[in-house]
This record gives sequence, C-alpha cells and structure tokens, in this order.
Amino acid sequence: MAVLIVLESENGELKSSSGELLSYGKALASFMETDAFALSMNCSVQNSIEKYGVQKVIEVHSEHLQSFNAKNYADCVAEVSQKLNCDIIVVSSSTNSKYMSGILAQKLEAAYTNNIVDLPLEKKPFTVKRSVYSNKAFAHTQMNATVKILGLTKNSFGQNVDHAATEIESFELTANIASSALEIKGQDTLEGQISIADADVVVSGGRGLKGPDNWKMIEDLADVLGAAMACSKPVSDMGWRPHSEHVGQTGKPVASNLYIAIGISGAIQHLAGVSSSKVKVVINTDPEAPFVKAADYAVIGDAFEVVPQLIEKLKAFKIQNG
Amino acid sequence: MKIAVCISAVPDTTSKINFIENNTAFDREGVQFVINPNDEFGLTRAVWFKEKNQAEITVINVGLADTEAILRKAIAIGADHAVRINADPTDSSYVAQQISSYLKDQGFDLIITGKESIDFNGGMVHGMLAELLNIELIHACTSLEIKNGKAEIAREIDGGTEYLTSDLPIIVSGQKGLVEESDLKIPNMRGIMTARKKVIEVIEPQSTTCKTTDIGFEKPSKKAEVELIEAENLDQLINKLHKESKVI
Repeated sequence: MAVLIVLESENGELKSSSGELLSYGKALASFMETDAFALSMNCSVQNSIEKYGVQKVIEVHSEHLQSFNAKNYADCVAEVSQKLNCDIIVVSSSTNSKYMSGILAQKLEAAYTNNIVDLPLEKKPFTVKRSVYSNKAFAHTQMNATVKILGLTKNSFGQNVDHAATEIESFELTANIASSALEIKGQDTLEGQISIADADVVVSGGRGLKGPDNWKMIEDLADVLGAAMACSKPVSDMGWRPHSEHVGQTGKPVASNLYIAIGISGAIQHLAGVSSSKVKVVINTDPEAPFVKAADYAVIGDAFEVVPQLIEKLKAFKIQNG
Repeated sequence: MKIAVCISAVPDTTSKINFIENNTAFDREGVQFVINPNDEFGLTRAVWFKEKNQAEITVINVGLADTEAILRKAIAIGADHAVRINADPTDSSYVAQQISSYLKDQGFDLIITGKESIDFNGGMVHGMLAELLNIELIHACTSLEIKNGKAEIAREIDGGTEYLTSDLPIIVSGQKGLVEESDLKIPNMRGIMTARKKVIEVIEPQSTTCKTTDIGFEKPSKKAEVELIEAENLDQLINKLHKESKVI
C-alpha cells in the first residue's frame, strides 16, 4: 500500500496547487506509515518539486494525454495506481480533477470523497473530514472500500517545504486507450489574468458598485494585488460581469488566502461560497450588512473613495516591500 | 430525442443548516426542499429542447416518498415521465448504481445531471454513471445545443471555457449557463394540474453497498469578531494583512 498524488499541469508546467497536494500526500503517507509517490501526466516535473520531498515521481507521456480528457486521464491514474500498488489516491479540487475522479472511482470501485479539509480523523475505520452544505458544515465520513480517492480542498492544508531527493521515473502506459467521441474545438482563457480557482487573492464586486462602468477600480485593485476578479450573483444576473466571475453557492467556490468584497452585502448563499477563504475584508457603506459580521476586517465607507485610496497605498506598500 | 434528467432534493439555498441526534442527522425541521439548482438549470434546458424539437423527458430521483414534491414540480414545468427509486440516497456510489440500473438499455440520447448538489457538494454521480453506462461525460457545462444529432457543448475549465462536440448519447453535468436564472420556469396552473394527475413510477432499489458513510457532522467554529478599520486609516489594514494575517 502507498499514496499516489495526482499532479496537474497547464502549458507544460505543474499547476501552483501541486505544492499543497504534495505536502498533503506526504503527510498522509506518514500518517498511514507508508510511502508517497506522485504522478505527472504529460509534464516534465524536473527538479522543481524536490523541495516537497516526495520519494518518487512517475512521469507518463502519451499522445492520449496531450489535452485533458477525463476518461483517458482516469485510465492512466488507474493503471499507475494499480502497478504501484497504491490504495490511496490524492487529487486536487480543480474542475478537471472533479471531472476525472468520479469516473476513476467507479473504474477502481473506490470510495471517493472530495472537499476534504484535513488529514484523516481516523485510520481505522478510515474517516475523513469534508465540507458539506456549501461550507455551512463539515461531515465526518468513513470510506469503506480498499481503494480510496481523496479530493483536497484548496488552501486547506498549506505547503510544507521538506527538501529530499526525488527520483523521477518514466512509465509506459499499456492500457488500451480508446479514442474519444469528444472533440475539442477550442478554448477561451483569461489572457494574462489569474483564475478564481488558482488565485491566492480574490477581489470581488457587488451591486454597491452601481454599474458595470465602475469596474475599472476593481480591475486596478486586482492588478496591484495580483488577484482574480469575482462578483456577486445579482451582478452576474444583471449582466454587468460574466457568469464565470459569479462566486457563491450556485457560482464558483472561493478558497483564496484573501477575499476582498466591495459593495457586497453578503447574502447567505454568497457567504457560504466564499467562507473557505482564510481572510475576508469587506468594504461597505452599511455597517449592518451581513457580510460585515462574517468578515475579519471591515472598512465602513464609500467604495468609490476607499478603493482608489487603497490602490494607491498598496502600490506604495509594494514599492517599499519589493 | 429521449432525455433523462436526474434530480435531487436539497434544502433551499437560504436554509439554516443544523443537526440533531447528537450531530448525526440533518435537522429537516422547517427546511424547504427544492430541486437542486444545478439540476434545475439542466431540466429547464431539457424543456427548451422539448418545446423546440419534441424531446421526451423523464426525470429520475433517488429518494423516499417525501421527495415526490420535486418530481411533481418537474412535471409541472414540462417533464413527461417521473421515476422515483425508493431509497434514501446516502452515498454517491449507491445513487449512481441505482440510476444506472434504471437507465441502461433504455436508449436515452441525453442524460443530464447537475454538476453537484448543493447539500453534499460531491459532484460524483455523473462520473460514476458515465463509467457504469460507458457513455461520454462532459462536466460542468455552461451551454448545450444539439444539431443534426451532434451535441455542441461549452464546459467550464479553471480560468476559462472549453468548446467541444460529441455524438450522442452523452451525459452532461450542468450548471447555470445551460439556461439563465431568468429562464427558470414557474409552474402554471395547467402544469400544476397535469402534475397532480400524473402517476409517478416508483421502483424498488437494487441491492448494493455504499462505499462511504457519514457518521457525524459539525458546524464551523465561531470566528473572531470583525475588526473595524477607519476609512481614513487604510495603512492599518495593509499592515494587518501583511504582518498579522500574512496574506499580502
């Protein structure tokens, strides 16, 4: 038995979530008193991963893995996990991971649980803690199959740097991967912008901003912080901002280190969706807005005055702190 | 075109989440159960196909008798048939096996689920169904069109959208975007009357095991009181975010 950590890549580089997944997988292996291996599909990891101290990285290169295909990726993970005798598989909480993991779970007849927020609570019976009800609660869930797939919530564990030699081994797939009926026609991606899923900082605007023309200052604030932009549900429903920016219970979940809500009163659905963020800052004119109570820091004031000042001060801060 | 829409009953998004029986069971007292929002976007798209192309829609729910209200609502907004598999949906793997044993060999062209339910947020059933039925899955879809028997789909990827095409049959796990919030249907009187008269087909579950069991629940610990920062004192905010929270 061993732990297999499934890494994700983008444009030939490991995704930024890899550090946390490796740290978690390694801690999990040590908790289970076993080994941790990592799997990289169609991406050369080189030495960038040594600082996380995983013994071995399996690299698989195959024409079937060139672009993401959930079935092919599941086939690959299944084969590697079986060859290496791994009975715990750690995956991220990205959209693609969630796409692949249900398929993988059925293929391996595994117990699969995602949105996990910590190391297991118990070894026997194997019990994990996961967030449920859109972050309004946690469940303690026993996983009752030989193979277990654990989906980790982003930013729930953090990164541990632990330098150790890492062996990189290449692996040839023998699985007969059938060609897919799915044909990829193209992608639209945010050029030069960071996605909500990958961002450490998210800047979000609500109805308090009064109209789509006032988003320039949100862009500027996101820019100075290297943040992703988001918005509340009414803002996306009114068409001020694209749906892809809607965060909350029926939109995207946010698990950033810092979430800044500007002109968002904080409906219960919105608060649920962003509650995994570590630190929440609210800028709002109304001290009674529900979000104020749910925040760590609140600035009561007019966003149109506060935000431009905050941008200037952050610029100065950045110059001072390199 | 034959469409199957899998729906689940979830607490309304404004519900207070509490637990009873020593934190081992969800407190249903005063909670209104609705069609899972991600499922409802898919169901509404299915009704759109029906209005345009005369599709035939079957809705399926794994649940006990108290979830029939959501099946009746689904009929009221346009579904033709409703099936309830009479079991408590305790685990994704269990639900996927029940649904697949009903769907297989029925010749559905399109199977629609939500990308996840808003209660357990698992988002696992559609992937398991895809593997059990050996049908392609497209996950987290934001648009779906069928032209000349071919599906044209947009799906969410982290940081963007991917566009795909596929032959049928397919499984689509949907979300907002399949239709807009404003397209969601409120049942009219005729729909409600139809729904009242319609016989819901009740099927007893297959015997199968669960792979996960929820043994208890807890609520997030109370967070510290909010710290108010004067609008004139933004340096203090930056200082706290940098030195205390270490997030910038």
